Amino acid sequence: MALAVSSRVPPVHGLGTPVALDGGTLVAHAMRQTRPDVVAAYPITPQTVITEAFSQFVANGEVHTEFVPVESEHAALSVCIGAAAAGARAQTATSGPGLALMWELLGVASGMRLPIVMHLCTRALSAPINILCDHSDAMAMRDTGWLLLFSENGQEAYDQAIIAVRLGEHPQVLLPVANVLDGFIVTHCVERALLLPDEVVSEFVGEYQPAYALLDLQRPVTVGGLDFQDFHMEHKRGQVEAMARAKGVLEGLFQEFAEISGRIYRLVEPYRLADAEVGVVVLGSTAGTVRYVVDRLRARGVRAGMLSIRSFRPFPALEVAAALAEVKAVGVLDRALAPGASAPPLFSDIASALAGVGLSKRLLGWVYGIGGREVLPQHIEGVFHTLADPSVPPGLVGWLGLREGR
Amino acid sequence: MGVESDVGRRWVEVRWHGRGGQGVVTASNLLAESALLDNLYFQSLPEFGAERSGAPVVAYTRIADTPIPFRFPVQEPHIVVVLDYTLWGHLPVVLGLRPGGLLLVNTPASPQVVVRSLGWPLATVATLDATAIAQATLGRPIPNVPILGGLLRLRPVVSLEAVQATLRQRLSARLGHQAMQANLQAFERGYQQVQSWEGR
Repeated sequence: MALAVSSRVPPVHGLGTPVALDGGTLVAHAMRQTRPDVVAAYPITPQTVITEAFSQFVANGEVHTEFVPVESEHAALSVCIGAAAAGARAQTATSGPGLALMWELLGVASGMRLPIVMHLCTRALSAPINILCDHSDAMAMRDTGWLLLFSENGQEAYDQAIIAVRLGEHPQVLLPVANVLDGFIVTHCVERALLLPDEVVSEFVGEYQPAYALLDLQRPVTVGGLDFQDFHMEHKRGQVEAMARAKGVLEGLFQEFAEISGRIYRLVEPYRLADAEVGVVVLGSTAGTVRYVVDRLRARGVRAGMLSIRSFRPFPALEVAAALAEVKAVGVLDRALAPGASAPPLFSDIASALAGVGLSKRLLGWVYGIGGREVLPQHIEGVFHTLADPSVPPGLVGWLGLREGR
Repeated sequence: MGVESDVGRRWVEVRWHGRGGQGVVTASNLLAESALLDNLYFQSLPEFGAERSGAPVVAYTRIADTPIPFRFPVQEPHIVVVLDYTLWGHLPVVLGLRPGGLLLVNTPASPQVVVRSLGWPLATVATLDATAIAQATLGRPIPNVPILGGLLRLRPVVSLEAVQATLRQRLSARLGHQAMQANLQAFERGYQQVQSWEGR
């Protein structure tokens, strides 16, 4: 296989100082530049890069954050919740089983409307024990009321780590945000990226002005109150409405961020979809491989395209349906399983987004990359080939790169 | 020479084999960081496992003059570097090595010995006793910096100045001036002492 990079791939563009850093360290820089009051984290592979780099910044006096090296992830998120309720800007980072241990607190953070930022370095959930990338952790927090932003590379993870602070703290949102980066593939990949000046980031995120702070003694509020059949449902509706408002807020922030960085982000990122007959939908770092395959297929006359989902929660259903409206056959790649479900998570969302606007489309799905199984251009080419074959029935086709037989 | 000229583009992929503690990932990172100083695009990706001292480790480096769109493991390297000869026979270290590529092995043996054991003279085969150089210069058997010198001699995928500047910047901050000087010396010796056997 001769690899040749298409000239269509956009250059790493925009403003900032070129650096050679892995995705985890880039995110740690974004944390330093957004100046959280409190960071509580427990080291877990592959997130450790972030915690190590950030705690070094604290030790060096490069950021004046109260860094709390807790005894577990349950404690990490608990500390963040306490800090955020007190009115602090709080952040954490975790992976796979660490996120699983946080689970009880995920709903507490969103239900208390605390704009905590979590950097989630995706990792398979045990068992069998595995430290490598898949999205089973992110998908397990799908319905906990957190905003979920996926990134393709270290630059995007860094940029989103900055945007996430503004997003969560926005008065129309007030929800926790997970900045999702693929474990190892992004966290440990040293790449060229652009680091914005400290003062530019500082000005962009501004000072956090909490609307309600536990330690604001002039305006006392109840925090974490008991809430039964009389008002629980209304408070939950408030969360859902905030999530819906987050879409527009995020779009506005992308515009503002473009002004300081020169990098333009969208809720969903279409690539050569306008006249595509076959399109693949994907989350996270695999978008790069799909984009590369799209270019190769286009060079051979195949009308291929891609849709990468950046904002997974809120899920921009209308934008997804609009982007896929003219595509004849759509392939959805899921890096997580939903045993016993009618379809894996991303497939289900795409299907309901299309159905929601009355679009009936040939929709095929694949599971890939579970537990770090590599996904190569030939796998993606196979997906496009199958999409173009009308004899293959729609639905879940299979698992990419699976060893067949027992 | 190691750099594929594909429609005038620079594109080189390297696979590194070694054991935990030999600086395999650091070597890959140093090469990538040097490429930044040459204003190139690059990736350094460790092969992900439960790393521990002595266990086999793989890392990949890509260097290009255009952005690199994907992040999957290198499949067909132009260059394979083996930092630990005891891996020989246990791992398919030459798997996917491109014809005309470079196989660089850390061993006191001559390239001809490696060629005979391969029975596969399609690549340039080179050897360097990087462990001995490291022992003599750094006082520790960490062969990554000398082997980087050997690699740069045979395939100038980045400039010598860029690697030397990267070593100075990175190592003086982390290890101090003396260790940085020793590493520069190790790099230099690797560059000078590498032996190669040109394949067909």
